[in-house]
Amino acid sequence: MNRDRSYTPEDEYTPDEMMAVAASREISDGVVCFVGIGLPSEAANLARLTHAPGATLIYESGTVGAKPAVLPLSIGDGELAEHADSVVSVPEIFNYWLQAGRVDVGFLGAAQIDRYANLNSTVIGDDYGHPKVRLPGAGGAPEIAASAHEVIVMLRQSPRSFVGQLGFVTSVGHAAGGDSRQKLGYPGGGPGVVITDRGVLRPDPDTKELTLVALHPGVTLDKAKEATGWNLAVADDLQRTRPPTETELSVLRDLRRRTGARNG
Amino acid sequence: MKSAGITTLTEAVGELVKNGDEVALEGFTHLIPTAAAHEIIRQRKRDLTLVRMTPDLIYDQMIGSGCARKLVFSWGGNPGVGSLHRFREAVEKDYPHALEIEEHSHAGMANRYVAGASGLPFAVLRGYVGTDLPKVTRTIAPVTCPFTGERLMAVPALNPDVAIVHAQQADASGNVHLWGITGIQKEAVMSAKRAIVTVEEVVESFEPRPFGIVLPSVVVDAVCEVPKGAHPSYAHGYYNRDNAFYEAWDPVGRDRQRFSSWMQRYVHSTKDYAEYLDLIASEGQVRT
Repeated sequence: MNRDRSYTPEDEYTPDEMMAVAASREISDGVVCFVGIGLPSEAANLARLTHAPGATLIYESGTVGAKPAVLPLSIGDGELAEHADSVVSVPEIFNYWLQAGRVDVGFLGAAQIDRYANLNSTVIGDDYGHPKVRLPGAGGAPEIAASAHEVIVMLRQSPRSFVGQLGFVTSVGHAAGGDSRQKLGYPGGGPGVVITDRGVLRPDPDTKELTLVALHPGVTLDKAKEATGWNLAVADDLQRTRPPTETELSVLRDLRRRTGARNG
Repeated sequence: MKSAGITTLTEAVGELVKNGDEVALEGFTHLIPTAAAHEIIRQRKRDLTLVRMTPDLIYDQMIGSGCARKLVFSWGGNPGVGSLHRFREAVEKDYPHALEIEEHSHAGMANRYVAGASGLPFAVLRGYVGTDLPKVTRTIAPVTCPFTGERLMAVPALNPDVAIVHAQQADASGNVHLWGITGIQKEAVMSAKRAIVTVEEVVESFEPRPFGIVLPSVVVDAVCEVPKGAHPSYAHGYYNRDNAFYEAWDPVGRDRQRFSSWMQRYVHSTKDYAEYLDLIASEGQVRT
């Protein structure tokens, strides 16, 4: 590789691949991880196939210790049950696992996020009865947000998704900031990191306001700020995300290739 | 005590699903009772309150066909694909008519079924606090633990008039065996006043299966043998999820006219699910 040429990540990997890799690095070996479909599933399985072989992956359809050879297209694909340690009922997943505090890390996405990492996946628009856009709704998100010890949020960053005021609070992040989340009585720690296609944000330890702590390779600070619907807080020691390694990329792409081959 | 009779789906839906009923067709991605939903549409049932954690294509089809007055749910989308367009048009634009919604989280719905199956009036959970859901959903209310004083949320039991689920097998006595991802089906059946189960096949006797559950015939009113009755969902051990069908549904559901033509051609113009399956198979719309 010519070390002198200006760095263009577009040539080597996509923003989604950077997101999946960055999120996978947040998963330590041995954790119990509540996974969602799409990028979270890519990230969790990438972690399982690389540095976290001992992670227990749970999907809300009831599979505990899932080890899918290909990525599921829905949370209830048979592939998840086939190699799971156990398959339990939906009430058991939500009551015995999430609510009882047995989940270390949970993934969430959403249509919108605010500066305290509260999330909206319900409606866009002021009139709940006749919204501009009716989104799928809460699903398992409120319980993951409430009870997982830590939450990883994955969301592509734009002024439409990173908004000053949510149309609807579907799941609670850090509420109004400070200790307001604790006052709601939730045992889980809430969002510990937000991974976007621009960079990585973490809540300030005191105010809980999301703060940009790292930019992905090739992304300027201006590009991150432009994509945020509020005045984005930036860490004094703003980092640069380490680009995906060859191993991370090849394992992720193999996983995608196998998935594509299976689903035709 | 009831004991399940083995009957046809046409008869079961005709006798056990009444206009105005609260009806729960469950199946958490796996074993979705598509054949039963089509029969409800074919028989032009009206004014139903449809209950389901994850309304997907079959609820899109029933809502778009005008069967539903109200939807009680926690996540309404086409899994892995995107929106349910008939559901969205009903909520956003009252088309084909207004649809009342009662919206929960999965945890809330699961606990409502558990309370219903347990014969209790309500369930408690720790979620919902600080979200906007209690503002728009009357069936979420705060409650204080009488022992610790902890503030929790209560949700009322679900006791649908009819639950409908799909399973792999029944025996001649009407006992039902399902395995793989068994989701919320047991709770749905045991919370309901009446239950219809469609099965892939009626067998002599059951083999033990990992994580399998048996629903004894005493909790089931009607068992109907409907092979491939969960397509495009899947039946573990019988056939796989037809992901291409879920993707192909998106443009059909997106367009009012195309949707109506599709329902007319494939559901209303076929006499039963077997004829529907033959038709879509002959046109290459089905893949296993």
